[in-house]
Amino acid sequence: MGLETIFGSGFITSQLNKIINWGRKNSFFPLPFVTACCGMEFMATWGSHYDVARFGAELPRFSPRQSDLLMVVGTINHKIAPVLKRVYDQMCEPKWVIAFGACASSGGFYRNYATVQGIDRIIPVDVYIAGCPPRPEAVLEGLMLLQKKVEGEDVLNRGAPIMVNGQAYSEDRLVHVEPPVDHRADQVVASHEGPGVHPWQGFEETERR
Amino acid sequence: MTPEAIHGALQQRFGQAVTAFEADAIDPTVTVEASAIHDVGAFLRSEPGLLFDSLMCLSGMDYGEETSSLGVVYHLHSTSLRHTITLRVEVPRQDGVVPTVCDIWRTAEWHEREAFDLFGMRFDRHPDHRRILLPDDWEGHPLLKDYQVQEFYQGIRVPYEGDPPEIGMDVYRFQDREDPV
Ligand code: SF4
Repeated sequence: MGLETIFGSGFITSQLNKIINWGRKNSFFPLPFVTACCGMEFMATWGSHYDVARFGAELPRFSPRQSDLLMVVGTINHKIAPVLKRVYDQMCEPKWVIAFGACASSGGFYRNYATVQGIDRIIPVDVYIAGCPPRPEAVLEGLMLLQKKVEGEDVLNRGAPIMVNGQAYSEDRLVHVEPPVDHRADQVVASHEGPGVHPWQGFEETERR
Repeated sequence: MTPEAIHGALQQRFGQAVTAFEADAIDPTVTVEASAIHDVGAFLRSEPGLLFDSLMCLSGMDYGEETSSLGVVYHLHSTSLRHTITLRVEVPRQDGVVPTVCDIWRTAEWHEREAFDLFGMRFDRHPDHRRILLPDDWEGHPLLKDYQVQEFYQGIRVPYEGDPPEIGMDVYRFQDREDPV
């Protein structure tokens, strides 16, 4: 690159990291590689209700050359695995990968010859999202985790260990998301007992049967 | 027609080629010689009083190591006469060949490709004899009872068990005990 030889790892590069990573993490262009049922949850998450535009990732690009976040959504079998690898190879640096759901992360319950037992057998993965399929909340949490990971990256040396929540991660330290326990669902159920304010949307509910 | 009557008609027409009949199975099944299956199919399809115009299903079978034979099972139905029969053929595991029936029922074309894909059944005079589900360069036929999973497919490790502990799922399972989130 040359920049690091001019500035070294001093004040300017750290400010540069901040600015560039701020831009990158708030403008993901995801490429949805949707192969199976998890795609429904992907669509739900990218719909207006969960409003992924809050994270700047609302614009899926269906070309690997225009995207920087590969979301592998669903079961990957050996027939499509070389295609996935090629799609990954076609993406320009910097690029990140999210394994969306149990199948993409580990093969899920498909313990057989046909299914790749986790896409990390083919391509490096930044964030694994558990669940079959994961709830949109889990997906958003995964996205926020990836943002944290991007925030900690060294722009001039992407392989360097990064800090997530005060813990250092190198490329072989993987970030793993448990689905959040969502107690708000209980409130919704409680609110459905009679007319009241819907706690998620804040509007007055009319008569419920 | 009852299955017994259909079996009777087949026996009258083909004699020795009809080898067995299971009347009390859930699907009454006529076993025929593999070499006769094309003639039997054409007869069942066109004979007035039989008119089996629908091949509901065609499945490959592996009858196991002891018998050392593979098989094909044909589920037939007549939409006009509303009767049903099941045909079965058995061929040796090595070099067994079954005549195709896809010129009688077009459905059979893809079903026979599937039976070839998963069981390695050979179909004589099939117009498009290649795999249908698995990639063309896959090794072996996975539903055979003695199937051995290949070690690598295009550089991807295929077996789903016996991973050494340092690769695969175990990495993040143990590594992330101290919850990073
Ligand atoms: S993890 Fe579950 S929902 Fe997602 S693709 Fe696999 S089976 Fe479907």
